[in-house]
Amino acid sequence: MKFKLKIWHQKNAKAKGRFETFDIDNISSDTSFLEMLDILNNKLICDGKEPIAFDHDCREGICGMCSLYINGRAHGPDDEITTCQLHMRKFKDGDTIVIEPWRSAAFPVIKDLVVNRHAFDQILQAGGFVSVNTGGVPDGNAIPIAKSDADESMDASACIGCGACVATCKNGSAMLFVAARVSALAKLPQGKVEAAKRAKAMIAKMDELGFGSCTNTQACQAECPKGISIAHIARLNREFLCAKLKD
Amino acid sequence: MIGFLCSSIGRKLVLGLSGLFLVIFLVVHVSLNLIALFSRESYEAACGFMDSNLLVQVLVPVLALGFIVHIICSILVTLMNQTTRPVKYLVGTKTAASSWASKNMFVLGAIVLGFLGLHFFHFWAKMQLQHMLGHEGANAYELLVALFSKWYYCVIYIAWVIALYFHISHGFWSAFQTIGASNSKWIPRLQLIAKIYAIVIATAFISIPIYFFFGLNVP
Repeated sequence: MKFKLKIWHQKNAKAKGRFETFDIDNISSDTSFLEMLDILNNKLICDGKEPIAFDHDCREGICGMCSLYINGRAHGPDDEITTCQLHMRKFKDGDTIVIEPWRSAAFPVIKDLVVNRHAFDQILQAGGFVSVNTGGVPDGNAIPIAKSDADESMDASACIGCGACVATCKNGSAMLFVAARVSALAKLPQGKVEAAKRAKAMIAKMDELGFGSCTNTQACQAECPKGISIAHIARLNREFLCAKLKD
Repeated sequence: MIGFLCSSIGRKLVLGLSGLFLVIFLVVHVSLNLIALFSRESYEAACGFMDSNLLVQVLVPVLALGFIVHIICSILVTLMNQTTRPVKYLVGTKTAASSWASKNMFVLGAIVLGFLGLHFFHFWAKMQLQHMLGHEGANAYELLVALFSKWYYCVIYIAWVIALYFHISHGFWSAFQTIGASNSKWIPRLQLIAKIYAIVIATAFISIPIYFFFGLNVP
């Protein structure tokens, strides 16, 4: 397969970026998207040019490191996958592929396709943890937890913090990310104790860092590689409003 | 309290609650309008009741406040959201899951508001405002007949109702989501209720210009 790649090139955080076009051929349909970029980078290095910088790590869809906005979709043209799980068979031979970094005021571009997602760490540091003393490890059946609660918490815990929700939201809102963290902890006994405090602190930090507000377009849910539901956003709203009413 | 209202969720809560309040008002408004399809006398009597009833007079400024709050909050939310992506994508989002209405709520709201100005000029200024100033107001039924006999007014009115339909079809369920009154079971249910509600309201509003334009009021 051959492709025309239109890739965002930006020397550093302060430089002005622009799109550069590359032609690439002899790509197997079974090549992953990131492998295709590796092949391109090898070619660039052999030609004495600077390779394209992009984020990646585990390459099996669990670390949340890869990003990329491909042809108008976060993580490319497939559902519930990360970019590293995307394969070239999802494109047609001869396609032009536009590759952009996540675009958000809270995720500044560091270089080319690499963005700084430290804002997510700051939100987590604001309250995305359990600080109550939970003592030693209890017997597995000592704390009864309803299956539905455990399932909901587990679904929310699937968030890998990749930032696709922010990248795809027309408002650049981080509500799905915050909601997943709040929900994952609020549904379990240890996390419930600090649920109100956590919701307030994480929302305050989210607002401070320049993320937008949610207008329920559901784009985040559609592009989330882990299929996290906007029902968690409703829970976050509920937690936050109840916490504020108790103030 | 001020801190809460300045938070992203606080602003959205006020936007949602004021929207739900306006949704209730629409039911009252369209119910009153529909009386005109059945009986001129009953419609005029209903208008007279609205003009003289003390509770209605008290609720008018509350309604105006509801509109103002909804408009101000929507402007604040939109302005804030405009700053979150300084560099736009070259390829616009191809996410099919977002409804067209959900992505264009502000524009739809602006269209609804634009028509509201026209509506105020043609109806409110000639009826309720005249009563407030102590003058004899125009006959509501005759205003309906006169305005809806003009094809261009009917077209503008129907275009407004269509914008209103899209605005409500997203806004209604979205408000419940914002106030936290939904979950994975209720999101699809609320979306369906919103769609049915928007269809009922839009059909009821559109039936009025059609009824008068085609002279169905003339025996």
